[in-house]
Amino acid sequence: MEFISQHPVLVASIIKIAVLLFIVMTALAYLTWLERKVIAHIQSRWGPYYVGAHGLLQPLADGLKFLFKEDVTPPVADKLVYTLAPFLALSLALSAIALIPFGPPNILIPGLGQQVFAITDINIGLLLVFAITSIGVYGVALAGWSSNSKYPLMGGLRSSAQMISYEVALTMSVVGVVLLAGTLRFNEIIAGPHGQSGYWLHFVPRWNIFPQIVGFLCYITSAFAETNRVPFDLPEAETELVAGFHTEYSSFKFAMFFMAEYANMITVACLATILFFGGWLSPFPDSWTWQKFLPGAGLVLMGIYCAYDTVSEMRGIARIQLAVVSLLCLAAGLICLVPSVATVILGTFWFTTKVLVILFVYIWIRGTLPRFRYDQLMSFGWKLLLPVSLANLVATAAWIAYGWVRHG
Amino acid sequence: MSLAFLMFLACGVLAISGAIVLILAREPIHSALALIQVMIALAVLYVLLGAPFIAAVQVIVYAGAIMVLFVFVIMLLNAGSEERTDFSQIAKYVGVPLGVILIFWAAHWLWRSPAGRAIGTATAMPAASTRALSVELFRQYLFPFEATSILILIAILGALVLARKEP
Repeated sequence: MEFISQHPVLVASIIKIAVLLFIVMTALAYLTWLERKVIAHIQSRWGPYYVGAHGLLQPLADGLKFLFKEDVTPPVADKLVYTLAPFLALSLALSAIALIPFGPPNILIPGLGQQVFAITDINIGLLLVFAITSIGVYGVALAGWSSNSKYPLMGGLRSSAQMISYEVALTMSVVGVVLLAGTLRFNEIIAGPHGQSGYWLHFVPRWNIFPQIVGFLCYITSAFAETNRVPFDLPEAETELVAGFHTEYSSFKFAMFFMAEYANMITVACLATILFFGGWLSPFPDSWTWQKFLPGAGLVLMGIYCAYDTVSEMRGIARIQLAVVSLLCLAAGLICLVPSVATVILGTFWFTTKVLVILFVYIWIRGTLPRFRYDQLMSFGWKLLLPVSLANLVATAAWIAYGWVRHG
Repeated sequence: MSLAFLMFLACGVLAISGAIVLILAREPIHSALALIQVMIALAVLYVLLGAPFIAAVQVIVYAGAIMVLFVFVIMLLNAGSEERTDFSQIAKYVGVPLGVILIFWAAHWLWRSPAGRAIGTATAMPAASTRALSVELFRQYLFPFEATSILILIAILGALVLARKEP
């Protein structure tokens, strides 16, 4: 107790980290569910359906299966590095999320002056996220090397080459935004003096996506490559490399790579939201006060739809499960309709919505595009993306130097 | 003992142990990993000294770019483990005592210097802002900065010429 009263900020931070970790882990699990569902519907299938209503318990079942599978370590593998690699991948992927502000900084923990919706708000947030993601490549590269087997080695080599190449374009593509905002602190990029609040022509939000559309396209393309997602998932191209760098991994170590990939997806989606889509800012003007009831109304509508589905479609145990889901949705929706709660969560609601849209685009593209060939991938990164993002940077700098934006 | 001092101790131990492992490890990859550990521990020390920008750049450039290339090359060449040779006689009788003397001399010199006497009494320095750093870099040190970039450009061209396929 004495420790808690002496270090209130430390304790508050640890609690925030624990809550965020729980939320992110749940989000990771249900992102796999969402991905399987969306891709199934793109391909005219149903996707997971039998474990829980609409397959809602499938992530839980997958997790349990991974936990109880036999953990095989190849006898020729480098034991230390082989074990270290998945831990490195997952912990780096998760720690990058700690820097993301999920809501406005003016909502504070009473009596502490700590922000509720951000674990840290440091003045070089963007740079630190890039620092953490730049070491993330070791997880994949070391997994490939330590397995001591040819397909993982090829996958690891491919992924290190790919991630180094696309990291350059990724970093270059966001410098334009940094120039416009004049800061590396996330909350100032969103709503600082040169941030993204306000409107053009009274209805177009001042999001960086409009002046920085080239930067955004470069960013999202390199982000796909950086997270090893289709169409750039060459490190795990199953037709050529079995499963790439994690061929030899099984059980929970495999699950950790899987989770790291989805955590990286969430990180780059959060970054895209902050840098190009105004973060937790609402797309509507503040004078539209009814918008604070949107999250509650949305949840209540979802609850009503689930209840309808429960009555009309579900049979047996699925009926009970979906009834619980719809009750939870209704209860959460009603809580969010209380005006004081609604005001607090509004920023987080918009942030989450934007991130979900970007994640949906991610999955959509996976269901649509074929994979690149490896030489195409490399020449695309170096010969097209990098020059275009450099040109975008020079153009933005000239734009600012000649005073065509609202600050010099 | 403050939290910052505990962090300093932890990172110092990590950096030194990483440096020792770097020399003693027989697998090149283990050495590379140990070097990454040293660099990240140094980055945390920079944060404690009030230079978070330098820390982030240290991680991005050294741990994130240069060491990735090292690991990449080690993987590509599939370098085997090193062979041990006998400890050289000169190193044993001259090198080790000289090294010990150097460490004590440096410690003594640091202890006598103003910075050394401030150990334990100094509070955290004000964080050097990114803006202040870039003003220094692009106003006062502009010429060395540009000269360095031209030097790097020349090195890149040299690498290209060396790596070019013969027609």
